[in-house]
This record gives sequence, structure tokens and C-alpha cells, in this order.
Amino acid sequence: MLRIEAVGRRFASGVEALRDVSLDIGAGDFIALLGPSGCGKSTLLRLIAGLDAPDAGRLVWDDGKRPAPGDIGYVFQDATLLPWATAEENVYLPLRLKGTAWSDAAAEVRAALHRVGLAGFESARPGQLSGGMRMRVSIARALVTRPRILLMDEPFAALDEFTRHRLQADLHTVWEQVGCTVVFVTHSIYEAAYLARRIVLMSPRPGRIAREIVSPLAVGPETRLDPAYAALVRTVTTALEGALEAA
Amino acid sequence: MNERLLRFAPGLFGLLALALWEAAVRLTGVPVYIVPGPIAIVGAFLSDPVGLLMALASTLAVTFTALIAAATLGLAMAVAMSASRLAHAAIMPWAVVLQVTPIVAIAPLIIIWVGDPFASLVVCAVIVAFFPVFANTATGLASVPPELADLFRLYGAGRWRTLTLLRLPAALPYFLSGLRISGGLALVGAVVAEFVAGSGGFASGLAYRILESGYRLQVARMFAALVLLSGAGIVINIGLGKLGDAILRRRGLSAVAGA
Ligand SMILES: Nc1ncnc2c1ncn2[C@@H]1O[C@H](COP(=O)(O)OP(=O)(O)OP(=O)(O)O)[C@@H](O)[C@H]1O
Ligand SMILES: [Mg+2]
Repeated sequence: MLRIEAVGRRFASGVEALRDVSLDIGAGDFIALLGPSGCGKSTLLRLIAGLDAPDAGRLVWDDGKRPAPGDIGYVFQDATLLPWATAEENVYLPLRLKGTAWSDAAAEVRAALHRVGLAGFESARPGQLSGGMRMRVSIARALVTRPRILLMDEPFAALDEFTRHRLQADLHTVWEQVGCTVVFVTHSIYEAAYLARRIVLMSPRPGRIAREIVSPLAVGPETRLDPAYAALVRTVTTALEGALEAA
Repeated sequence: MNERLLRFAPGLFGLLALALWEAAVRLTGVPVYIVPGPIAIVGAFLSDPVGLLMALASTLAVTFTALIAAATLGLAMAVAMSASRLAHAAIMPWAVVLQVTPIVAIAPLIIIWVGDPFASLVVCAVIVAFFPVFANTATGLASVPPELADLFRLYGAGRWRTLTLLRLPAALPYFLSGLRISGGLALVGAVVAEFVAGSGGFASGLAYRILESGYRLQVARMFAALVLLSGAGIVINIGLGKLGDAILRRRGLSAVAGA
């Protein structure tokens, strides 16, 4: 769906965040971008979202057109909700910005909230929700436009371990149901190994792609206890250490 | 018990101070035209309540007109400034100039230029009250987290939508806390302008009553007018605070601290 070709990004401050990054993202992929802090993961995500432009290389979308608003969903590390708006109004926001009337959007908005397990919390304000629930609202907001690609930048990093495990499992279910493409930034090896079909390792300064590992797992309720999961974590850890040493 | 004591502490302390004051005045025998006791001050008020309250109403009319004008102007300028860096560069220095110029120094000029007494008082009070609401709102408009601004950009929101759905709501708590400060300042501005205008002889506000009583050595009446003024200031401050809290609570927000 998207081909990233030899993309580079150097900021005005002189920091070279990305160099010669190439990656093919296929429809329906679940890609984890894994790497240490500062290796340019967020920068790459922002380039895909069109929030920033590369200095070198290019991004080629399969239909040749830049994605329209709503084709891309973005989930930030913090839920970044409007604090004065209810869960429902927050999820409605992308459709509202596209000019969809509430009467046409309501069913879609409620379905999105339902999908992330928040039925019944439509009129709760962010201040009344837990961190995990806020993140669920944020995911519902990203899904409500039925995006072709969902970009997630360390969405669960600030959550406690129990909440994180639940959300990871639920995200996986949603991905299977919705069938959209996901690019998921994380610096947790466990998270990458659990969620992703393809684990892309990045090395820092300048950020490049060091290696890619394809997951053999079929995620289910027992995955975290599965020896194959432990083996994958081990493979990824070794590969990441190798990549860091080489850098 | 402790909580209740804390709540009533300001009132009790005030009563105690008043009692001490009255006692001191009586014991030392200071003449009433130099330091009147609280009872004499109440007496001065009761001897002409209508005159003093009318004067208060006149001052408050200037204050509230000025506050509304300052809030409107401050909001509009802050929005204009947030819309373009050019406007920001052009407006900000002049706002600071206005802020640091002592109102007493320019009030005579304004009174000459504007002509109409009420309008010239309002203009002076607006000049004093403008800055907090303006600067706070500007801060609020710029306080939007970059991720939220990115989100609006991602969904192709234009400037107008970003302003009405993101920046203005985000600035509301800042605007309200600025409004509270400006409320007190509008009163100060009105009184200062009345003092300057008062010597020109066309004012009817409380400041004029204070001047007039001073000339006649009616110190108790001066105090009575002063008490009305500070009472009005306290009511404005608390009232605007409560109004702001109520508005924010309805929107599920809390006030900004010290903005
Ligand atoms: N707007 C910017 N201007 C200048 N430098 C930037 C900018 N954004 C990022 N950088 C720099 O580029 C490098 C990569 O940043 P980026 O945020 O992409 O890293 P990251 O992999 O997402 O890190 P983390 O895991 O900590 O989020 C960092 O050194 C960062 O300081
Ligand atoms: Mg990052």
C-alpha cells in the first residue's frame, strides 16, 4: 500500500533523524517499529502521516495519490483528547472536521466506541476516565474514519502492565476485525513480539532500518505463555543488541 | 470544628480589628475629623446612603462597561495575534507600552480628547483593564499541545475550525482567570480616572465623593466611600471567580493556576 524509498530527514538543528530508510508496507500488515529512544521512529511515523516532509527519498502510495484526510488514523503516546469534550464528541471530531453532520456520524461513532469496549461511556469526559479508557477513546477516534492505515506512536507506553496487556490483546482483536494496516512504534520488545506480524528494528543516529523479523506467531489467549513467543522475544533481543553494537 | 474556625477566621479577625480600632479612637480621644471610628463611619454612611450608593452605581457603571469592552477587545486582539506572526510582532510591543504607561499620566489627555465624561472614564478604565485578559487569552490560545494541533492538521482542519474547536476552548480557562484580574483593574482604572476628572468637576462617582469629603474634612464620609469601594472590589473579584469556576465546571474543566 505504501513504499518508503530511501527516505532521509535532517532537522534544521542539524540532527539527522533518518537516513536511507526503505520499507514496503503491504495492505493488512501489522508492523512494529522497534528501536531505542531517539532512533527516529516518531519522525518516520510523522513522515507517513504527512505531518512532516522528507529531505531525501520519497513515499509512494499504491494508488499514486496522497492519502485524503481520514485515510490515516494516528494514535499518540498520550491520548490527546479534548478535555472539555465527551468521549463521543472526541470520537466524532475527525468526522466533524470532514464536515459530516452528527446525525450521519452518530451510529459510526457509537460503533467505534463499542469496538474498543467503551459502550456506556459515551458521555464521559476524559477527566472521568482512566488512562487505559482514555487510550481506548483515542483508538476509537483513530478508527472512526475507517482509515486505510493506522499509525500508533508508543500508545501504551504510559499505561500500567495489566492495562497494557489488555489493550494489546484488544488492539489485536480490533485489527483482525477491521483489517486495516497498522504501523506501531514501540520500544518494548515484548510488545513488538506480541502484536506485530513484521518487526522492523531501527538503529540510532542517524536512524536506519537494521533488520526485519517476521513473526511466526498466531496470537491467541495463551500467546504470552507460548514457548514460541519466548523464542521470538529472544530472537528480537539478540538482533536488537547486534544492531546496536553495529551502530 | 477546626475547618469552621478557619472559615470564620477572616470575619472574626475583622471584627476584632474594628473593635480595637473603635476602642483606640475612644481611649486616645483623636478628633473624628482626623481618625473616625467604625461607628462614626457607619453614621456617615447612614446620613447620606442614597448619595453614596448613587456614586457607587456610577463608578460600577464605568467599571462594567470598561470590563466588557476590555474583554471583547482583549479577546479579539489575542485571536488576531495568534492568527499571524506578523500581527503578533506588530501588536505585542504596543500592548506592553499601554500596560506600562501610568494611567494617571495619560488620563488628562484622554479626558480632553474624548470629551464625553462617561466615555473618557471608560476609556481610561479599559486601558488599565485590557492587559491581563489580553495576555492571558493569548497564552491560552498558544497553550494547545502540539499533538492536538497535529491531529487537527491530519484531518485537514482549516484555521477557522482549529480556532473554534481547539484554540478558543483551550484558551477559555486562561481567559476567565484574566477576566477576574481585569475586573479588579477596571475598578481601579475607573476610580483613578474619576480622581483626575473629578478635579475638572464633572464626575459623579465614588472617587469624586472622596475628593469632595476631603476638601470638607468629612473624614468619616471619606472612609464610608472607601469601604464601599473596597467592598465593590471584593465582590467583583469573588463574583468573577465564582462565575469562572461555574463555567469551567460545566465543561468538566478546572481553572488554570496562576496564569
Ligand atoms: N522537530 C524536530 N526538530 C529537531 N530535532 C528533532 C525534531 N524532532 C525530532 N528531532 C530529533 O530527531 C531524533 C529522532 O527523534 P524521534 O522523535 O523520531 O525519535 P524516537 O525514535 O521517536 O524516540 P523516542 O523513542 O524517544 O520517542 C532525536 O534526536 C530528536 O531529538
Ligand atoms: Mg517517539
